[in-house]
Amino acid sequence: MAEKKATAPDPQSAALARRKAIKDFSIQYAIYIVFFVLVVGITIKAPAFLSIQNLRNILSMSATRIIIAMGVGGILITGGTDLSAGRQVGLAAVVSSSLLQFATYARRMYPQLSDLPIWLPILIAVVLCALVGLLNGLIVAYLKVPPFIATLGSMVAVYGMTSIYFDRPPYGAQPIGGLRKDFTTLGSGYIGFDGSYSIPYIVIIALVVALLVWVLHNKTRFGKNLYAIGGNVEAAKVSGVPVQKTLLIVYMIAGACYGLAGTLEAARTGGATNNYGNGYELDAIAACVVGGVSTSGGIGTVPGMLIGVIIFSIINYGLTFINMNPYWQQIIKGAIIIAAVAVDIRKYLSKR
Amino acid sequence: MGATDYVLEMNGISKSFPGVKALDDVTVKIRPGSVHALMGENGAGKSTLMKCLFGIYVPDGGEILLDGKPVSFAGSRQAIDAGISMIHQELLPIPFRPAMENLWLGRFPVRKFGPLSFVDHKKMLADTQKVFKDLNMEIDPKTWARNLSVSKLQSLEIAKAVSMNARVIIMDEPTSSLTGNEVELLFRIIRDLRAKGVSIIYISHKMEEILEISDEVSIMRDGRLVGTHAAEDLTTEMIISKMVGRDLTNRFPPRSNKPGEVVFSVENLCSAETKSFKDVSFELHKGEILGIGGLVGAKRTELVESLFGLRQIESGSVKLNGKAVFVSSSSAAIALKMALLTEERRVTGIIPMLSVLDNTILANIRHYIGKLGLINDKKCLADVEKSIASLRVKTPSARTRIKDLSGGNQQKVLIARWLLTEPEILILDEPTRGIDVGAKYEIYTIIAELAAQGKSIIMISSEMPELLGMSDRIMVMCEGRLTGILDGKTASQEEIMRLATQFM
Repeated sequence: MAEKKATAPDPQSAALARRKAIKDFSIQYAIYIVFFVLVVGITIKAPAFLSIQNLRNILSMSATRIIIAMGVGGILITGGTDLSAGRQVGLAAVVSSSLLQFATYARRMYPQLSDLPIWLPILIAVVLCALVGLLNGLIVAYLKVPPFIATLGSMVAVYGMTSIYFDRPPYGAQPIGGLRKDFTTLGSGYIGFDGSYSIPYIVIIALVVALLVWVLHNKTRFGKNLYAIGGNVEAAKVSGVPVQKTLLIVYMIAGACYGLAGTLEAARTGGATNNYGNGYELDAIAACVVGGVSTSGGIGTVPGMLIGVIIFSIINYGLTFINMNPYWQQIIKGAIIIAAVAVDIRKYLSKR
Repeated sequence: MGATDYVLEMNGISKSFPGVKALDDVTVKIRPGSVHALMGENGAGKSTLMKCLFGIYVPDGGEILLDGKPVSFAGSRQAIDAGISMIHQELLPIPFRPAMENLWLGRFPVRKFGPLSFVDHKKMLADTQKVFKDLNMEIDPKTWARNLSVSKLQSLEIAKAVSMNARVIIMDEPTSSLTGNEVELLFRIIRDLRAKGVSIIYISHKMEEILEISDEVSIMRDGRLVGTHAAEDLTTEMIISKMVGRDLTNRFPPRSNKPGEVVFSVENLCSAETKSFKDVSFELHKGEILGIGGLVGAKRTELVESLFGLRQIESGSVKLNGKAVFVSSSSAAIALKMALLTEERRVTGIIPMLSVLDNTILANIRHYIGKLGLINDKKCLADVEKSIASLRVKTPSARTRIKDLSGGNQQKVLIARWLLTEPEILILDEPTRGIDVGAKYEIYTIIAELAAQGKSIIMISSEMPELLGMSDRIMVMCEGRLTGILDGKTASQEEIMRLATQFM
């Protein structure tokens, strides 16, 4: 036996090694396996699912969610969270669309307002949300309020602010409609020949934001500091990382992302109410987590977040495509969130 | 025979770790109703012995007898059930729960209503009051644990042990954070327990206390038992010589550094924290290795963390190259070309999930920023690989997560982190703690090379041989005060120990 062992690996240990390799592989690429199984499953049920048209629809559904996930993802990496994301989206949607109604629309919020250059209302919405983010950052970094509580508070307060802005004379709580053509084009227009062989503007914008955030996280001092703070804040402090300043900035950048996403959401749907964005924060956090971002901080990548968002869009779109009962869709979504994290966390548990 | 003479016997316990023999044939026997002190330097093997007793480590050899019968515990739970409890140095109560719930945690009295059981608060309160009364402790059972003083918390832990019918209670440095009156109170409790037939294993460095409270004293050194003596036969001097009586073998590299002019001086520095260091003054020369010795609790870490801007200073001055400086934060310290390798590698050093590369550049990222504010990855990688080579870090690659490296290699990465900032003053807090013997020698070599290059080094160490083997001068602290600065060539272990225990 012993001699045999020395010359050739015995079949049993080879089988064990193979099994271990398969296990390691499936843990390492769990997210991609889920992704693949989902697509194959839906395609078997409805072969028409695999089409350029559907891919395009899924991407354009994902666009604003990607931008939100890019914002909240950075915060998750520091070990924080942001529950106010969805309400900030609503704030941006209401503010930007109220300033971009066409001149002849009967129920304009500002009847006297002349046509503003399109970038100005967008900028206003983005800056407004960045300020909310700054406030979140100040509360977390300087008042030391736990991020969950700090942003729970701002979530509630921002909704109040949005509603005050939204629900007022002369028209009261009416959806803001009659958006300018150039604005709605931003949300539903595309580059390319026709409806299916084309790329929507919002997809391009989302990918540009993702690219910028990737650069920020991987190529700048700020990004290195994010991971250091999330990985071990005490060690980061000793090494001279400006912890408070970094937290302030990450919440602010996140706010700016929500602002942009809210504006695009209004442009895409052609209107806004104070309830826009409600619950988007949990979708974004779930997508990030499914994409391998750790809620305890220090771990997460931009490609992971992208995949996470797209998996959720496929669930929403694909399961509807095969006419699955929407309540069942919720159950599957929930199960995937838990299963993805349960598998993903295996990567980091110490091997004993 | 054994059953009547001793309640607990640890016979010939041995335990090895890769590269170290932590315990070598140690025999300690505890008589019922006695206080048995266990003494030795840091690293002498006291805590390893206790971990073997509690089954946290499995001894390689030897046996443990309780009432003359061999036992082996698979964890502290079983030891506690058998009547052996330990009061740890760090008490970890559940802060926002009342004292009584901390006392009965895991074994709350319950009242049954059919299939349901409810916690019986009335009985818990009565039981708690009875335990406290028996032990003459004055604690309100309903106070939150976080509102209790360290002394009261310790009493609570002792009460817990007693309530679990402990016959042997181990106390690890029980007086390290107590005031004089509180120590008296503790001693009264210990004497009461002894009178009730409970045995105490008392682990401490403090000679006077040991001579006052204990019946027998066992002294350990380098994993061996030096001897067990009746306390009345011992003096402080005798204990010191037994604790340190060892010669230094060739465990340190030769050093060629030549200390030059004064580069850093500290005058009358006082901490802003209560019970920390006071009135510390010293000078550091260029190319010098200045050791800081002292026992655990001498506030050496607090001193260097204050120098590095991580803790507040109340008064005193710090001069760098003759100019007064005020170090308000760690980034200010880094800008002044200072570096601090912290004591707790895992808590304040490594960022486990990040790569060796990211861990190495952490304190120096600003120097890798190129065009458009982007990090120059190539330059980072080149520098990190150079560090890996020159410090002989054993890692599969620069992209490996630091958590996958051994302790010694993690420490080298942290040294590399600081060397990239090109410091002039390096403060090393216990640089070889938790590192195996071979890696220790490599770290010593690195330290010696740095000093030879003209870097000035402050090195805190609780290991006597390390202090004597590596330092040009040794400053010794005791209870937050500087008790002396010795020449590294002529200092003896006895002298250091005397200074380190001066106020005890």
